[in-house]
Parts: sequence; structure tokens; C-alpha cells
Amino acid sequence: MAVVSSMPGAAEHASEDREVIVYNEDVVRLFVIATAFWGVAAIAVGVIIALQLAFPVLNLGFEWTSFGRLRPVHTSAAIFAFGGNALFATSFYVVQRTCRATLFGGPDVARFIFWGYQAFIVMAALGYVFGITQSKEYAEPEWFVDLWLTIVWVVYLVVFVGTIMRRREPHIYVANWFYLAFIVTIAMLHVVNNLAVPVSFFGAKSYIAYAGVQDALTQWWYGHNAVGFFLTAGFLGMMYYLIPKQAERPVYSYRLSIVHFWSLIFLYIWAGPHHLHYTALPDWAQTLGMTFSIMLWMPSWGGMINGIMTLSGAWYKLRTDPVLRMLVTSVAFYGMATFEGPLMSVKQVNALSHYTDWTIGHVHSGALGWVAFISFGALYFLVPRLWKRERLYSLRLVSYHFWVSTIGIVLYITSMWVSGILQGLMWRSYDSLGFLQYSFVETVEAMHPFYVVRAGGGILFLIGSIIMIYNLVRTARGDLREEKAFVTPQAAAAPAE
Amino acid sequence: MFIKHEKIEKNVGLMMVLTLIVVAIGGIVEIVPLYTIQSTIEKVQGMRPYSPLELVGRNIYIREGCYTCHSQQIRPFRDEVERYGHYSIAAESMYDHPFQWGSKRTGPDLARVGGKYSNEWHVAHMVDPRAVVPESIMPSYAFMLDRPIRTDDIADHLRANQIVGVPYTDEMVENALADLLAQANPDADTDGLMQRYPKAVVAAFDGDPSNVTEMDALIAYLQMLGTLVDFSQYRADDLRQ
Repeated sequence: MAVVSSMPGAAEHASEDREVIVYNEDVVRLFVIATAFWGVAAIAVGVIIALQLAFPVLNLGFEWTSFGRLRPVHTSAAIFAFGGNALFATSFYVVQRTCRATLFGGPDVARFIFWGYQAFIVMAALGYVFGITQSKEYAEPEWFVDLWLTIVWVVYLVVFVGTIMRRREPHIYVANWFYLAFIVTIAMLHVVNNLAVPVSFFGAKSYIAYAGVQDALTQWWYGHNAVGFFLTAGFLGMMYYLIPKQAERPVYSYRLSIVHFWSLIFLYIWAGPHHLHYTALPDWAQTLGMTFSIMLWMPSWGGMINGIMTLSGAWYKLRTDPVLRMLVTSVAFYGMATFEGPLMSVKQVNALSHYTDWTIGHVHSGALGWVAFISFGALYFLVPRLWKRERLYSLRLVSYHFWVSTIGIVLYITSMWVSGILQGLMWRSYDSLGFLQYSFVETVEAMHPFYVVRAGGGILFLIGSIIMIYNLVRTARGDLREEKAFVTPQAAAAPAE
Repeated sequence: MFIKHEKIEKNVGLMMVLTLIVVAIGGIVEIVPLYTIQSTIEKVQGMRPYSPLELVGRNIYIREGCYTCHSQQIRPFRDEVERYGHYSIAAESMYDHPFQWGSKRTGPDLARVGGKYSNEWHVAHMVDPRAVVPESIMPSYAFMLDRPIRTDDIADHLRANQIVGVPYTDEMVENALADLLAQANPDADTDGLMQRYPKAVVAAFDGDPSNVTEMDALIAYLQMLGTLVDFSQYRADDLRQ
């Protein structure tokens, strides 16, 4: 049962024997280029705002370059531009291969999705710089940009589902379940969270439909599930295709995939209130959010185990294949971040961590370690295949990218752990006479060295991504770097179809 | 169980519908009761919609992304209550579209910053934060001092708020522009303003009464934050949700 759908490679090989299916790879190539471009842009803006916190003079005194306006540029660029394009690229690649069908709707509709989505990104980012924002985190774009995204998203859903309906495989492959859940759920979250009344038809400003405590929970229902469905479910779809392909092993457990899928999407939605612990949100909602957040640990690790154990019998490839190493490390970071998350959702822990840099560190162990690493792995996987090259230009450079970026992540998250816990403890510390020991600004001053280290981590991560761009451009041009193979000769075979 | 799952795996329509049902449940169970349980919003005296000038200031606060570094939500902990004042209650943000509770305190909480500093201090601080607080890492907002606010659409802003449920009266909408101008001018007749928006702070916030700037509006907003509810009237039990 379902043997075919547990091994994505089967579909491709079978297609060669029977009939020639012309996949739409043009649009995948466009999305791959956009992923690489926005990835570097998002990281670069991240480095800038990290430096602004360490050295405030870098706000430059212009209204367009202040931290408050650039921070949403960074978060949206990372989530929607980098992550979003990676999801489009891989979902369109994966759905065609695993269904043995070309994209539904034809190349013009696919191109509309590409350019429509890039237009959304540019409108959103320019809006923030010029002060057009709803101020709801990760849902900052104003009503007209939201409407535009809704149109693009519905077309995306139709193309994705239409392609599945045309499939020449009896089963829908597990990666596509996750992509589908991501597309459907993001549509629901986006529409509900962004309901607003514009001040005028020709003006950018609107007032959101919800007020105060209801708005807060609606926002974090959205916000947490932007993480849960955009940055997790969609990327798990990537994991379920890329790791079996790169390791040339079937998914570890088909049953675990089923349990993983339904439990993850059911539990994730409930976790939003942990962003509002000890606020004016009623206690019952906080406790419910905490309980489900802790339960969420199990499906998260179920998915991690399913990904990592897919390497059973192929562990040696980690030594010789830096692309696989990057993919597997991303799943390991996913496991770490999804353990830390439930921990931070416990009210007593959250009392210390909330409002501090600990949260920022947690987000980045997920964003850099999981999302970015698996996206980089996807780019290394896709570029030789899409540009019809024998292999990547250089595996050594992949390895450098991996290590430079990993050191960057470690610097980032450890500095944020220290600064977050330190600041949380300073806020609540009392002197021997029973007065608050530190003024607020003393706790700001204490953050400085950690902000410098964090920016250093970000710079390393940026350097890593630039190494990747160089490698990918050379690969696309068809260059092959002469280099010594890693330990065993298997490495040379890695990128071949 | 897995035999049945095969059916779902072979039918994308079924899979989509089941997925939507599964992901809808959590949100419905958590969000709908916030509208139906009456005690969610505490019954307290003093809450009123923002005055027109405060609303413009609030929109500047949103525009500049102040929420990326400042929370407006005091948690019920001893240190927070000593540092910032009475813990925040849901009623205090009942007219906030959108809420501004924030998620990060790179700077201090602002839920009760109203009245803590003089207008002059705020102006000096916004123009050059490090001139007032040397260790501050806040950006400078000097440009607000020279920029007049847009006043011609203020009634539209109040009307849009009416639609989303803020109890602005028609009288408030009619007088929106007059109230806006009066609040930034200490010599104006403010009887109507004070009757419509009790506790509104009237001043030439930026020191120049001749025009209403973004600095005036932002400081008018900051100076009212957390000042509307008189907590000396309530015991903890009165504020139970």
C-alpha cells in the first residue's frame, strides 16, 4: 500500500519509460532565482537592523531608515520573500514530479503567480519604508496589498490542486499534503486576520475589524500559524521530498507521516495564546494555548524523526555530501527549535523570556537553522537539475557555506539566550532594601556586547549565503570546479539524476 | 485507520475539506468565546474613544513601528507593577484598532507613560534620544517637529472607526476637525473637547501653537496612555475576567 508515494524517485524514473511529460520548469527557475535574491536581501537587512541596535547612529536620522520601519522589511523579506519563493519553487517542482503532470493552467498562469507574488513583496516592502503598515506582526501590509495577495494566493491554490487532479499516480505524495495544508491554512489565516475598513478608497490607511484583546488573539492565532504553516508545514513538504531524494532512501515511516501530518496541523492552530501569557487575555485562553503548545512537541519531533531516520543505511553520506548535511542539519535545528518552543510556552518560563531577546534567538534558530538551511539545500538540489548541469560547480564551497553559516547561527542564538535571560533577570531583580535594582536603561546598556556578537553571527550567515550565490551562478553557467572529492567517491555522484 | 487514509490520499477534494475542518477548530474554540463571554472586557469607568489628535498620534506611532520595540501591556508581576504602574486590563484597549500590546521590550513599556514626563522632555527625547538618555538606542524622530499633520480627512478616520465598532458619536465626527485643532492650542475654547473626551491633555505640545505637527499629535497620544481608568476605585476582584 502506498509504496509508490513513499519514494518520490519512483515517479520520475517511471515517466521516462512511458510517455514524455513536459514539466513547467521555467517558472521553477524564476522562483529559484527569486529565492536566492530575496534570501540575501532579507539577511542583509537583518544585519543592518542588528547593527542599528548595537550602534544607534546607523539609524542615520532619516525616517525611512529607522529600525521601526526596517524591522518589518527584514521579517517580511525573510518569511514571505525568501521563504515564500522557496515554497513556490519547491512546491511547483515537487507537485509536478510526484504527480507526473505538468502545472495546471499553463505557463501564463504560472508566470502570473510569479510576477504577482513579486509585486506583493515589493508593494509590502516599499510600504513599510514609507510608513504604510497595519502594525500586526508578519501581517503588516495594508488592505490593498492584502487584497492583491489574496488574488495571487487563490490562483496558486487552483494551480496546485489542479495539478494534483491531473496526476498519473494513484496516491497523492506526502509532501503534497503538507504543501496543500500550508496553502489552505494560510488563505484562512490571511483573510480572517486582515479584515479591515479602509478610511477611503484612494488612501492606504485602514482600521482593523477587531479591537484590543480580540484583535490580540486573532493576530497571534495568525502570527503563530504563519510560523506553523508557512514556515513549518510548507517546509516539511520540502523535507519529505528532498531528504529521500538526496539520500536515495525512502521516507522512514509512512504511518508516522500520517500521524505527523494530522496531529501537527490540528495542534498547531491552538498554540497562538502563548504569545499573550500574563496579558489581559483571559487565563483560560492562556492555559489552553500553553497546553496545546506542549502537546505540539510530539508531532514536531515525530516529523523530525521521520526526516532524520530517512537516512537509515545512508548515514555515511553525511561525510561526503554537504548538501545532504545541510538538509539534515536543518531538520536537527527544527527539532531543537520545536523543543525550545514548548519550553518557552510554559507560563513560568515565559514570564522570564517574554519581551526579551530570548524570543528573538528562538525565532532565529528556526528561521536560520531550519527554514534557511533547508531552503539552501533545496537551491543546491534544484539548480543543477533545472539548468541541466552534471553537478554543482563546487561541493567544497557548499561545505564552506555550511560551516560559516552554522558558526553564525551558533553565535546568534547563544548571544540572544544570554542577553534575553540576563535582561529578564535584571528587570525583576531587587536590591537589599527592596527597591528595583536596575533602571530600564541600565538593562539596555547591558545588551550592547551581545548585540555586537549577534550582528557578527548575522554577518557570517550573510557571507555564507553570498558563497552560495557564487556557487549557484557558476553552476548555472555550466562551470565545474576541479576539486578533491570528499573522503569516499560517492560524493561525485550526489547531484546526478 | 490506514485503509481509510488511502481514500483521503487519493482524493484531493476530500483531503482539502478535511484539512480545512481540522485547522479551523482551534481558532473557533479560542477566539469566539472572547466575544461571547461578557466578563472578558472588565466593567470599568473612564474608557473613551481617542480624541482626534490622539488618534492621529496613534497612527504615527503605528507608522513608525514603535511597537517593534515598545510594549503596551503591563503584566501582573511585582517588578512590572512597580516599574510601570497597575497591570493592564482588557478594557483599556477595547477601542484599539489594532491593539498595540507589542511583543518585545527593547525599550520600556509605554502602557502608562501618560503624564510621567513633561511635554518638553518628550520633544527633546524624540528629537535626540541620547541628549536626554545617553545610553538610549532609540532612533531620532526630529523630522516630526517640522511636519504638519493632515487634517482634512480626520472625520473620515472617525467614521471608519465607527464602522468597526468604536462608539464615536455623530457629534464627535462633526466636531472632529475643531477638536483636533483645539487640543493643540492652549488658548482655544476646549469646553466641547473636554466634554467629549474627558482627561484629554491640551497643550502646544511641541512648544509652537501656530501649527499642528506630527510631534504635537504623537505626544498628545503618549500623554494619555494609561491615564483613563482610575484604579484607586477598584479592588482586584472587580477586575476579574
